[in-house]
Amino acid sequence: MANVFPEAFNTMRIRPVGNYPQMLLHGLRASAPDGATDPTVVVLTPGVFNSAYYEHSLLARMMGVELVEGRDLVCTGGQVRMRTTHGGRPVDVIYRRVDDEFLDPVHFRGDSVLGVAGLVSAMRSGRVSVANAVGNGVADDKLIYSYLPDLIRFYLDEDPILPNVETFRCDEPAALAHVLDHLDEMVVKPVDGSGGKGLVVGPRADRATLDRLRAGLRSNPRGWIAQPVVQLSTVPTFLEGRLVPRHVDLRPFAVNDGERIQVLPGGLTRVALPEGELVVNSSQGGGSKDTWVLAGRGRLRVAPSAEPAGETRQIVIMSAPTVSHDDSIRSQQQQQQQQQRQQLRPHGPRWARPEAGEDQC
Amino acid sequence: MLSRIAESLFWIGRYIERADGTARIVDVLRLQLLEDLAQEGEAAHTVLSVIMGMPSDGAVGFTDVGDRLVFDRQNPSAIAGALLAARENARRARETLSTELWEAINTTWHRWQGLGRQDVTSRHLSWARERAALISGIADSTMSHDDAWHFLVLGRNLERADMTARLVATGGRPGSGAPWSVVLSSCGAQQAFMRSQRGLHSDDRAAAFLVLDREFPRSVFYAMTKAEQHLATLDPHADRIGVSDEARRQLGRVRTSLEFRATSEVLAELPEQMLRVQQSVNGAAQAVASRYFQAGPLPTWTEELV
Repeated sequence: MANVFPEAFNTMRIRPVGNYPQMLLHGLRASAPDGATDPTVVVLTPGVFNSAYYEHSLLARMMGVELVEGRDLVCTGGQVRMRTTHGGRPVDVIYRRVDDEFLDPVHFRGDSVLGVAGLVSAMRSGRVSVANAVGNGVADDKLIYSYLPDLIRFYLDEDPILPNVETFRCDEPAALAHVLDHLDEMVVKPVDGSGGKGLVVGPRADRATLDRLRAGLRSNPRGWIAQPVVQLSTVPTFLEGRLVPRHVDLRPFAVNDGERIQVLPGGLTRVALPEGELVVNSSQGGGSKDTWVLAGRGRLRVAPSAEPAGETRQIVIMSAPTVSHDDSIRSQQQQQQQQQRQQLRPHGPRWARPEAGEDQC
Repeated sequence: MLSRIAESLFWIGRYIERADGTARIVDVLRLQLLEDLAQEGEAAHTVLSVIMGMPSDGAVGFTDVGDRLVFDRQNPSAIAGALLAARENARRARETLSTELWEAINTTWHRWQGLGRQDVTSRHLSWARERAALISGIADSTMSHDDAWHFLVLGRNLERADMTARLVATGGRPGSGAPWSVVLSSCGAQQAFMRSQRGLHSDDRAAAFLVLDREFPRSVFYAMTKAEQHLATLDPHADRIGVSDEARRQLGRVRTSLEFRATSEVLAELPEQMLRVQQSVNGAAQAVASRYFQAGPLPTWTEELV
């Protein structure tokens, strides 16, 4: 980007995001088991057939750590080692980009070839740290989102700065009744869904879909939440030779190193490419845009957390920081947001293109 | 370094060199047929089945050679297949390769597709050679000369010894072999040979030059020596008795037997000697694989036994 638009970077004082890998590495090293003074960090990828492989490889390269696949790791006597040309080398921290259920064939899916046998036991015995922790997917459950303001008040004794989108828990009879009455005004989502799968936008759905949804809600109210339709911001998007408005949302990134949480001055702006479409997920045909955060008039500093709060004026120029209808809690750790629902495809076609089913959250 | 990455690098080295060597072999055939088209069937058969070891029923022409040794993507001995395989290996090892090296390999594959599939022309063949030289040069000048690089260059030299051995084995074969002058120039060795021999040109000397010359980088002897040096750097441990590194032992045995044999003897049984070179390269590659790249068996999980 800096090469293509040097003028923009000169005149606008865009805050750099290049130190993100260092932030992440710092966080990962901080999570190492006790006693590891110079911990060995690795990035665990499902392999080249994963649609996010490029990103895994980029992160490993920028952090200067090894990118490993499940078969490169071996777990003996509670110690995880990677196979190197000079024998096994102990591993202290695994930044994993493999889903829970594929992580360890002993504990989870036995047919997984992406994982490491015995990893969970090693983790339990404290010989290796795995980030993010197994089971963090619970935070992706959309029902949790509805409790988030209460969680903040209870644990932090503070009020949330960004308000929640009003969310109806369909297993509460009053809420369910309200949702059923206003089905054509609501966005209804399965609590465990991701990638915009199973989501129904009321005003856009036809009668048959709504009827099916109604039946689904009645038979399993616990499985659904409903929200009013949020009017997403639009930005000019260059499509087929014209600039046209398209809906966007913003996905911020934050790293928790155990002491503090650092938010990256930038993020991923996702854009829905079909006209009027509200679902921005890349698996539903969404695209992405560069996101720039502008610095104030002071000196540009590389470490964002070092800047006093009053001095920095933050403007996201590509999109307003909307809480999109797809956002559930985007809490401290950005990794889980990117977690792939990777399908097990060890013998898949070489160079297969990512399929629509493999969504990115 | 990771065994899997080391293996990828070793094979990148081999595949790039293989694309280069195959281009040279096909070019020899092309030049030979330009001079004398009458031999087409026999010469093409020699290239396919004797040099490359592919099944061939004898009724083949230059077009078949082009199909199978240049444009076939499924065959890693063909130029297209080798370039593709190198790229796939590079993709898996991207975080270890320098960005420039990855870009060179990736661009090579994509431009190769852009060249289109027509008749095999000198343009295809010389382009493949140029890209191989470019990739080697970028690897040497942008990668740290650490283990990763040693594996890459080890692969390159093993493949080079093998390719030159194949080329030499058919040089001057009665009836179907290419003239030595063509073989020499396909290795880029014409000038080097002329200068070293001060113009005394004979077929035997040409063969000896390509097999045994100590200075010329494409000679079988030179490539084997280089491969041994890289193996020694990867495992600096010196034995008091014998050589415990199987790969080095295999290469060293054949290399010394070439080195200390009377030159006339080597030339008299050239095809057999070259076959031994190929076998030792093969053995060395297997030894390297089992020593450094051993991935271990993939565990498979059976039903729970109660």
